[in-house]
Order: sequence, then structure tokens, then C-alpha cells
Amino acid sequence: MATAIMDLPEKEYILPGTRTCAGCGLPIAYRHILKALGPKTVVTLPACCLTILHGMYPKTPVAVNSVNNTFASTAASASGLVAGLKVTGREDYTVLAMAGDGGTFDMGIQALSGAAERQTHFIYVCYDNEAYMNTGVQRSSATPAGAVTTTTPVRPKEQPKKDFIQIMEAHHPAYLATTCSSYPADLYNKFVKAKEIRGTRFIHLAVPCPAGWGFPTRQTVKMGRLAVETAVVVLYEVEDGRFRLTGKSLNMAKTGRKRPVSEYVAGQARFKKMTPEQVEAFQQWVDQRWERLLERAGI
Amino acid sequence: MGRNKILTGNEAAALAAKLCRVQVVAAYPITPQSKIPEVLSEYVERGELDAEFVRVESEHSAMGVCISASLVGARAFTATASNGLAYMHEQLHWAAGARVPIVMPVSNRGLGAPWTILNDMQDTMSQRDTGWIQLYCMDNQEVLDQILLAYKVAERVLVPVMVCFDGFRLSHTMMPVEIPDQDQVDAYLPPLQAPYHLDPENPVNINPVVLTDPLPGPDGRPHPGYMGFRQRLQEALESSLQVILEEGRLFKEHFGRSYEDPLYRYRTEDARLIFVTMGSLSSEATEAVDILREEGVAAGVIGIRVFRPFPKKALREALAGKETMAVVEKAVSYGYEGALASEVKAALYGLNGAQPLAANFILGLGGKDVKPADVCEAARRALAFSGPDEVPDRPIWLSNEV
Repeated sequence: MATAIMDLPEKEYILPGTRTCAGCGLPIAYRHILKALGPKTVVTLPACCLTILHGMYPKTPVAVNSVNNTFASTAASASGLVAGLKVTGREDYTVLAMAGDGGTFDMGIQALSGAAERQTHFIYVCYDNEAYMNTGVQRSSATPAGAVTTTTPVRPKEQPKKDFIQIMEAHHPAYLATTCSSYPADLYNKFVKAKEIRGTRFIHLAVPCPAGWGFPTRQTVKMGRLAVETAVVVLYEVEDGRFRLTGKSLNMAKTGRKRPVSEYVAGQARFKKMTPEQVEAFQQWVDQRWERLLERAGI
Repeated sequence: MGRNKILTGNEAAALAAKLCRVQVVAAYPITPQSKIPEVLSEYVERGELDAEFVRVESEHSAMGVCISASLVGARAFTATASNGLAYMHEQLHWAAGARVPIVMPVSNRGLGAPWTILNDMQDTMSQRDTGWIQLYCMDNQEVLDQILLAYKVAERVLVPVMVCFDGFRLSHTMMPVEIPDQDQVDAYLPPLQAPYHLDPENPVNINPVVLTDPLPGPDGRPHPGYMGFRQRLQEALESSLQVILEEGRLFKEHFGRSYEDPLYRYRTEDARLIFVTMGSLSSEATEAVDILREEGVAAGVIGIRVFRPFPKKALREALAGKETMAVVEKAVSYGYEGALASEVKAALYGLNGAQPLAANFILGLGGKDVKPADVCEAARRALAFSGPDEVPDRPIWLSNEV
């Protein structure tokens, strides 16, 4: 199933007036997620950048019902929504849990692991901007090696990013997909598909952050595309254990065209302290994963 | 109409939840409350209770499930104790702030470190300021009754309720309990009327960021700032005392047992010495009073059933003019004294001339046995003080410790 931008539903669920930073990748993605899921969606979210997007009481620009919860309990809250909607006869609602990398890779992992093991019927989106952006760009376990953050200000982060997607795959969710805000059609298709699947659906969403990564706000879409074109982010889905590359990544696999990681690194101030050796190590890490994924895809 | 059964406190709590037709149960094992979710999961799996049972991976998540289930209109239930309750702490504040009518029995147990699985009240007393109503039980009949009452109150005032009962002393002790028929409970407790419904045409953002000052909404009317919400929570708890007593009276009409007094009272009228206690300690104090009365000491007991909201007026009236009070409790506000002692003394502030001499005794921590003789010892020590200046400015530990 392929959807062209012109074929997307015209109905908007994010009205003008979101409070995200200029150039934020999150509203681009969220707009298409909600287009795919429709009005009978209940979102649960912890304190994060998405909370800011949802606005301040008594107004909100988001036109679906949403519930705010504590930082570690997004998946628990979603479990409660699923149970509560079921016993009150409203199983036609889609429960969407959405948290950042801090609220997922770090603090939310326990509740998410529990809910996934229970095969809870909900969609969990980790929007990953690779640090605690809402609190001011502190290091998370999703921060890549070589990045300067406000808690790795002098010596950039030494450890590579936690391979959280593999952790989630080890839970054998009914559906798992990776997405990027710069590819809304790919993202839309995956959420349309996810909506119809029963069980736990985990979707990783790569979201460039101009404020935290250090690039001009007009380059958000470009930076997301660079992430995919360099295979720092790979678009794929795993359905019933079957792996499939999608969108741009599938295209790259077929054509063999992959840009060097140095192009991605060069455009971001957070990587300014990386040495050529560290960039080379990053390239090797990306290449090795890309080869593994090509092998899984049978390409 | 009703039948008698011999039940442990935990069994009484689980049965009460079933009688209340709870719709979502989320619980995590911790001694001494584990039997509650065990019994409930059996009810659910046998089809005796039509509920979703979410076998969560932590207490933090148990409360997270209950909050969100409650927000979409389901009657939610969990149970915990000790470190499990402490692990829930953040969620307790959230539940009260979100104004969800969750009911949670807690079988009171001491907190680590060092580890103890046995009873005291440090766990729930430490959650005093979370915005929950706290009811304390003396026996297993009260455990069952207070859970029924708790849902009625919680759903009227939209404040969650903790029903506290002593771990092992009640949770694992079998006592006769009169169990009402399902019809009786249905007549007392109607299905939950959710305060709002999810409407895709009129979506809402529940519990978002709230600024410090009121702001106009889309309709131009001012909406509360953070303090406005918090003041409403306080006012809801203040007004809940009247609701608890009203429902306690109504309880008598339905079930024959009255809870229209926030205090348990035993031989207080002519007493010169009053024990002020909570939970099952009130039972030990009652026995102690009989012993003391035989020795010629006019003693009495006040057991605080409703700790939050605090029954200040009832306590002032009950204690004014008494000679001595011994506040006997199983929790400490470390660095000062027992929290119950502080609160009771504060309630009596300004009773010039009619204020009893107040001594505070700590006992029974971590399951330490409390015999009526120990409570009598507290009376003798309290009565030995000839004036307020003689009472030490710190609690007296009755523990025979090394």
C-alpha cells in the first residue's frame, strides 16, 4: 500500500497554535499519525515535548482526546485506557501512547516492557530526538556517541545509542516499525496498518530537533532525510516476525546508494567535537547495522 | 439477607471489591496484601467478577492503570502495602490531583531499610499529604464495610480513598464477617457515573500543563490556575468528612452497621485517661481499658477511623476537659514525634484550661507484639506525669529493645 501526499485525508487534528519550538519535527509526524488514526483516538502522554505541543490549560490545538500521565507510566496509562474502554464498551477507540526517548529508552522501559509482555492492545510511539530536549538537551540513553549535550558538555557522550528497537523486537510485538518525520507518507501507511492490527504495536519515530542538535530550523526535513539517506535511521517494519525495508530505505537497498555519515554529522553542532576517528567509528557502526538489515531483508 | 463467613482481612477486601463490581483491577504482589489480587484473579478467571485484571509489572504501573481506567469511566481497584505504596507515591499525588475515585486497601506494613514484612503504619502515614482520603479499620468487618463505603464516598466527592488495615494482624487473621447480599450492595452503591465522557466531537486534554494564574478559555470565561485546582482538592477533602458521615448513616440503613462517627469510642464519657489510637491498636487499647478499669483507673479509647479528612471538631469535643491522653501509635515522623500525636495536639490548640496532658508512645513497629499490658504500661507512664513540663518533648518508645 502506498499513499501519495496528495491522497492523505484533508481533515486536520492539529489546529494552528501548537507551542513546539520553531522547526520541531514532532508536529509534522504527529499530524500524519492522527490523520491515519482518526478522531476515535485517545492519546496518553507523559511530561515531554508532546505535552508542550498539546498546549496549556484551558486550550489545546489537538482535536483528539488526550490524557496526561506521569513520566514513567505512559504504557501503564495506556493499559488502563485499554482496560477502561473495554469494560465500558468502547473498544472502537484506538489507544495511542506516545513518549520521547527519555520516557521510553530510560524511564518508561519498565512499564512499556510490562505492557508489551501482556500483549496489550495499543500503539506505542517512541518519538526519538536523542536527548531530554524538553528539559534542555540532557543526555539520554538514546543520545548517539560523539554528541555534546548539556550533561556531556565538555566530553561528548562516549557510549553508542541503546539499541532499543531490538529490545522491543525481543518482546515480539504484533507489529513493529521504524519511521521518520521527514517521510510522512511512509509514516502514514504504517499507522494505517498498525491501527488494524490486534496487540502491541511499537513504532519508533526519528524526529530531528534543531534546538538540541544544532542546525537551522529550516533544515528539519532535510536533516531527517539525511539521517535516512546515510542509514543512521533505517525505515522498516516487522509484522508477525517478517522483516521488510520500506520507503526510502528499500529504495536505497535496491539502488545501493547510501550517503556517508560524515554528511549527516557535518550539519549538526552537537557533533562539532567529533574527531575523524569517531566519525569513522560511527560510519562503521552504521554500515554493520545496514548490512545486517539488508541480510534480514534478503537483499 | 447477608451471611456470616470466617475471613481474613485480605479475603474480606477482595470480596468487598467483588461486591462493589469493580471493573478494572491492577495489582502487584507484595506481602501482606498479595492474597487480595490472588482472590480477585480467581473471581475474574472463574467468571464470578466481570472485570479486566491487569497483572502489572509494578505498583507504580498499578496506580497508572487505575488512574487512566478511572478517567475513562471504569470503577478501578488496586491494593498494596509498604514499599509498594512508597513506590506508588508519585502516582498517589497524581490520582488525587486528577480527582479519580479509586479505592485502594493497604495492609499496613513497615518500610525498609532494614526489611520487615510485618505490621506498622509507617507506609500509609507517610502518604498523609497525597490528597487521598484515609480510613483505618479495627477488624475485618470494617475492612469489608469501609471498602463499600469508600466507593460511595470517592464517587461522590471525586477523591481517591485508601482503606488501611494492619498487615497480618488483620490481613492474615480470620474473623467472622457478615457479608451482605449482592442486591443489598447494588442498592447502596449504584454503577459509577463518570463525571465526563470521551466525545470525539468535543475532545479534551486531561491534566495538561496549567499556569499559575487563571486564563480565559475558548468561551472567554476564566479557568483556574494551578492553585485553583489545588484549592478545589483541599475543599473537596474538607467537605468529604460530612459526606463520609452521611454515607456512614446510610450504611446503617442498608446494612445495619453504623459508621456515622469518625471516631471509635470506648468508655470515654467518664474517663480521665484516654488512649488515642488507630487501626487494630484500638482493639488492644479496648482490652487495656477493661484491665485498667478493674484496677480503678478510669480509662477510655478513641480510635481514629477517618484520618484524612481529619476529624478535628469531633476530637476537640471528645478530648476537651480530659485529664490525660496517651497517643499510642505505630509510626514516627522521624526527628519529631508520632504524626498522630502532632495532629491530635494541634486539633486541641486553644482549648485553654481544658487541654489534656499529652504523652506520645511509639510501639509495635515492624510487627513487634503489642499486648494489652503494653498499652496499660503507656497509661501508667502517662498518668505518672504531674504536669505538662514533666512530659518529655519526644515520643516514648515502648519496645524493650537492646
